[in-house]
Amino acid sequence: MPSFVITEKCDGCKGLDRTACQYICPNDLMVLDKETMKAHNRAPEMCWECQCCVKLCPQQAMDVRGYSDFIPLGASVVPLRGSEDIMWTVKFRDGSLKRFKFPIRTNEEGSADPLGGFATHDDLNSQALATEPASLGLDAVSTLS
Amino acid sequence: MANFKTVEVDTDLLILGGGFAACGAAVEAAYWAKKNGLKVTMVDKAAMDRSGACAMGLSAINQYVGIKDGENTCEDYVRYVRQDLMGISREDLVYNIARHVDSSVHLFEKWGLKIWTDEEGKYVHEGRWQLMINGESYKIIIAEAAKNAMNEAGYEIYERVFITDPLMDGDKCVGAVGFSTREDEFYVFKAKATIVAMGGAVHVFRPRSVGEGIGRSWYPPFQSGSSAYFTLKAGAEMTCQ
Repeated sequence: MPSFVITEKCDGCKGLDRTACQYICPNDLMVLDKETMKAHNRAPEMCWECQCCVKLCPQQAMDVRGYSDFIPLGASVVPLRGSEDIMWTVKFRDGSLKRFKFPIRTNEEGSADPLGGFATHDDLNSQALATEPASLGLDAVSTLS
Repeated sequence: MANFKTVEVDTDLLILGGGFAACGAAVEAAYWAKKNGLKVTMVDKAAMDRSGACAMGLSAINQYVGIKDGENTCEDYVRYVRQDLMGISREDLVYNIARHVDSSVHLFEKWGLKIWTDEEGKYVHEGRWQLMINGESYKIIIAEAAKNAMNEAGYEIYERVFITDPLMDGDKCVGAVGFSTREDEFYVFKAKATIVAMGGAVHVFRPRSVGEGIGRSWYPPFQSGSSAYFTLKAGAEMTCQ
């Protein structure tokens, strides 16, 4: 079931070039009505429920309606993503709540070193990729013997 | 009708797509291109942080051979794929993937992906070839490494540009054309070599689900079949998908 906008909370990302949901949606489904300054999902049947818009919305104005067969009416699963971890809040039909927190990465945002600190080489004709064989943890790349 | 502006981009290596495959290609290509004074350009139809089939993150890595710890050999992996695909596989390509995949996984870990480890520091397996991860930001982390590699070398990444066709010079693919999904712009990318990594195709067959459930596909509904169309038009041989 698709993502949808909680219109009471959506402010159309005032002051931004485009809304966060428009920026991130992998399927380019989100549009902003400039008159009402509210975003909406223009093709719910093409939504993958990837939750990318839910996680990025600065107003927490996005939600995803769960499939009725495994998320019965009244239940919900809502992510809250921070810079170090993500918290999933699961609400059951009887009102009980469960929260699950997971780390999302082991280092600081933006700090990924493309070569990972592994030794590199200069031989373009070699079968080894830039960081191999060091990044394989081997002395050499495997070959057919 | 809008008056589309034509934007021409000249490059040496053109990487089409922004998912895992394209990001990996970008990291590797940026390293070699920078050394050899060449230019790399990337084109993504979405935002690289959350584009491709892993946009939502994953809870496992589905291929790790474990060569360095003697868990499996490349030959073991080839046997597994041969069995899984009922004998119809390009075993040379499978072997090639098997011998390089562990280094990708080790790079992912360095880039910031949390791979589960046991008390002895060994990776936790879910299956013979599967590793468990905390992968909510899997794509963001891989995209970050690619962006850092491209930015450090001063190369350009185009987001929200949808590639429609190869640019052909006789039998040779010399780039690609497409349009911006944000501005009234038509793009012509001219390149010496082109890597096509625009994903597979979903909704080739009508899903059993109806209405909103049509989006309930294992593969993302935004995989439009661009790679298949592009490579067919360019006259490429499709070996495995």
